[in-house]
Amino acid sequence: MSRLTIWLILGTTLTFLIGPFLIVIFAGASAGETLTFPPQGLSLKWYAKVFTVESFRDSFALSMFLAIFGTLTALLIGIPAAYALNRYNLPGAEAIRTIVAAPIIVPGIIVGLALLRYFVVPLDVTITMALFVTHTALVLPYAVRVVSSSLNNLRADMEEAAVILGCTRFQAFVKVVLPNIRGGILAAFILGFVTSFNEVPASLFLSGPGVRTLPIDMLSYMEITFDPSVAALSALLAFMSVAIVFVAERLLGFSRYV
Amino acid sequence: MSNAYVSLTGLTLSYGQTVAVPELNLDIRKGELIALLGPSGCGKTTTMRAIAGLLAPTSGKIMIDGADVTRTPANKRGIGLVFQSYALFPHLSAFENVAFGLRLQKQPDAQVRAKTEAGMATVGLTGFETRKPSEMSGGQQQRLALARSLVMEPKVLLLDEPLSNLDARLRLEMRNELQRVQKDTGITMVFVTHDQSEALALADRVVLMKDGKIEQLGTPAELYAEPSTAFAANFMGFENIFRLEGADLVSDHGRLPFGTEAAVPLLAWRPGGVAVGKGPHVGRVIASSFAGDHREYVIDSPLGQIKADASIDLPEVLLGQQVAFDLPQATARHLAA
Ligand SMILES: Nc1ncnc2c1ncn2[C@@H]1O[C@H](COP(=O)(O)OP(=O)(O)OP(=O)(O)O)[C@@H](O)[C@H]1O
Ligand SMILES: [Mg+2]
Repeated sequence: MSRLTIWLILGTTLTFLIGPFLIVIFAGASAGETLTFPPQGLSLKWYAKVFTVESFRDSFALSMFLAIFGTLTALLIGIPAAYALNRYNLPGAEAIRTIVAAPIIVPGIIVGLALLRYFVVPLDVTITMALFVTHTALVLPYAVRVVSSSLNNLRADMEEAAVILGCTRFQAFVKVVLPNIRGGILAAFILGFVTSFNEVPASLFLSGPGVRTLPIDMLSYMEITFDPSVAALSALLAFMSVAIVFVAERLLGFSRYV
Repeated sequence: MSNAYVSLTGLTLSYGQTVAVPELNLDIRKGELIALLGPSGCGKTTTMRAIAGLLAPTSGKIMIDGADVTRTPANKRGIGLVFQSYALFPHLSAFENVAFGLRLQKQPDAQVRAKTEAGMATVGLTGFETRKPSEMSGGQQQRLALARSLVMEPKVLLLDEPLSNLDARLRLEMRNELQRVQKDTGITMVFVTHDQSEALALADRVVLMKDGKIEQLGTPAELYAEPSTAFAANFMGFENIFRLEGADLVSDHGRLPFGTEAAVPLLAWRPGGVAVGKGPHVGRVIASSFAGDHREYVIDSPLGQIKADASIDLPEVLLGQQVAFDLPQATARHLAA
């Protein structure tokens, strides 16, 4: 391949990757009153406005809560699950693995509908609770997968060595297994956090008066108001994601795990 | 069994339905260095794991220092195990690897430090305290694994193929190291190997295993000079083994007159015990290699292939040439089975 072709392919790829990001940044920095690109003059007023919209603040807090605690809960279930699937020859291990992966394959819209119809309505659970359960379930497969792959790289005889030196099985897990898969756990957390934070389809069904995740809130905001603040907010969120991944990459080579 | 320190009685070890080791009986004396020798898959690792408590026996009994430990969990047995793969803790420094077990016992800090430093000195790793295992050579990792077990002052130290991952020179070095540590500490050691020369060089007694059973047990000298079965003889370098029928040597290929009868069914010769260049039989040289102080021939004979070593002083027999040879009575090893 010639140099020119390589640059052309690279340029096209980057355009598709970074292009939308740039458009959102600039659309949000418009001085005009409506969402347009290219922006009509430049100003930071919409970036400032984002912080004054009360529903954004509430939904941001909810999304943060779901992303952090949903993912932590998923890890709390997922780490022992991954460990059990990995270390013990369970009879239905293969089937369990498939079931655990299901939320990745089944469209979120179906998950949301099913949960609303057969979980939220009949059991009369609160929307927040329903969202929490849903986000935990949606993140769980990522937790199991990422933790599994780091467990795969960890030889089982290390735990046996720890046991011979006096550890109980549980101590061996805490003292030897956990420290050696902490990179995988952090990677799973970040992946889960981002997945949960950006989740739309299932959360769409699970919103009530005053209770919405941030992406859903942005959708409904746009139905009523078509000002550039949504673009500004999107840009801020994108910066947040980039910052998280950047720090993670610096700290532990995040890309090894995903 | 009064002087047995470790005693395995009727030990049967299985994986699911498959029995890997049936009914093993073995007594090990205090301070002894025992080698478990045998071909791949004969149950050496399985036996070690059972002694260490990582594998529960199907039946049988394990006694250590007068106590029945058959049902004692691995973390309470007071046994050391050096894994073939070392199984060092990659997230800890060399020092913390060695200190791991001592810290678990909640020994005072000063004591942990003293014992760890002494342990690392014993294996010649002073100065490596802050290194991670991944920053150490294979031989150093090996010694670190040894130190980690030694500082626990185990009743018995088990070593699973401790030298197999090392190159020839390091191997020799570690061999001497092991022997020295054993002399210094007086610790009872069992080590696994499938290398005959390693077992003979290191051990006080060798346990030769085959298919989960003990084929022969004895001192290196006994095993080397007097293997009692064809399998043992073959393992000890008696590469030419033939049946004796009346006064004839017989193989699947044919027969040769031997001259006298004997009360045993099998006779065996080392390559060095075969006389080359003179004798009543004739064969054709089909392979020849120079080995420094002697020449190794493969002779095609009426009995099939015969391995024979000839002194370097004798004239070389070229490939394809006929050569006279003898299977002398003087160098024959009589085998019962
Ligand atoms: N986890 C296992 N599950 C089923 N069978 C096993 C298992 N581990 C070992 N075996 C079988 O038990 C027998 C003894 O195995 P073991 O590992 O003790 O052999 P070994 O003498 O240590 O061989 P090597 O020199 O190759 O290490 C073998 O036939 C092996 O196939
Ligand atoms: Mg083995």
